Amino acid sequence: MKAIRKRSNAPIFWALFGAGGMLSALLGPMLVFITGIAVPLGLLLPADTMSYANMLAFSQNLIGKGFIFAVIALFLWHAAHRIFHSLHDIGIHAGTAAKLICYGGAMLGTLIAAYALLAIGF
Amino acid sequence: MNKRRPYVRSMDGWWRKNPFFVEYMIHEGTALFVAAYAGILLNGLLHLSRGEAAWNAWLDGLKNPWYVAFHMLALVAIGYHTYTWFKIMPRTMPPVIVGGKRLADGAITGGGLAVAAAASLALLAAVWGMAR
Repeated sequence: MKAIRKRSNAPIFWALFGAGGMLSALLGPMLVFITGIAVPLGLLLPADTMSYANMLAFSQNLIGKGFIFAVIALFLWHAAHRIFHSLHDIGIHAGTAAKLICYGGAMLGTLIAAYALLAIGF
Repeated sequence: MNKRRPYVRSMDGWWRKNPFFVEYMIHEGTALFVAAYAGILLNGLLHLSRGEAAWNAWLDGLKNPWYVAFHMLALVAIGYHTYTWFKIMPRTMPPVIVGGKRLADGAITGGGLAVAAAASLALLAAVWGMAR
């Protein structure tokens, strides 16, 4: 039997960081503008853009569901990875506990998002 | 008590002494805004799953001037993330060879920013189209 070589798990976190970094670089500013500025202040977009009916329909649509999940989960994994690797720079030891808090937080957020999207239904 | 007392250099403010590292800390710091914004969206999603009254309460909360101010700050921070993400891309991606020559840094950064601008406009148009 071949010995199973211990492989690094770093590429997984790196890939999630990269995917989240790319998604937030491409769409992050516009998303913040739409959900946080344009809609609350009633600028530019129709008044019912984020009405309950609209957002429910969007989150029940398979593509909409996937988009919401990708944005929340990948943004969280991107931020978790970047914050974890910056801890040393601000003088905090980046040990197992820090790793659990950073990546564990992203994992928890991912699971909550998945739960909410399933609870909303199809 | 340990008899060995090795010298540990203080890390206080090390990055403030060099403009390169000040910029580095700012672009790494944008992650805090990305995390906070994801948290706001996640909270909104949870409210959406709890029905219309809960959703409307969350949506009304976004009109709070503190929330709007936060989002303006987040817009600047994440916009800066977009800029730095593509600015360092020539060094974070494998070299691209076109016609036997390495693709210039400026072309990669400029191309990335152009794609980001196009994607943002497409997103705005899609939201506008879906809402009306």
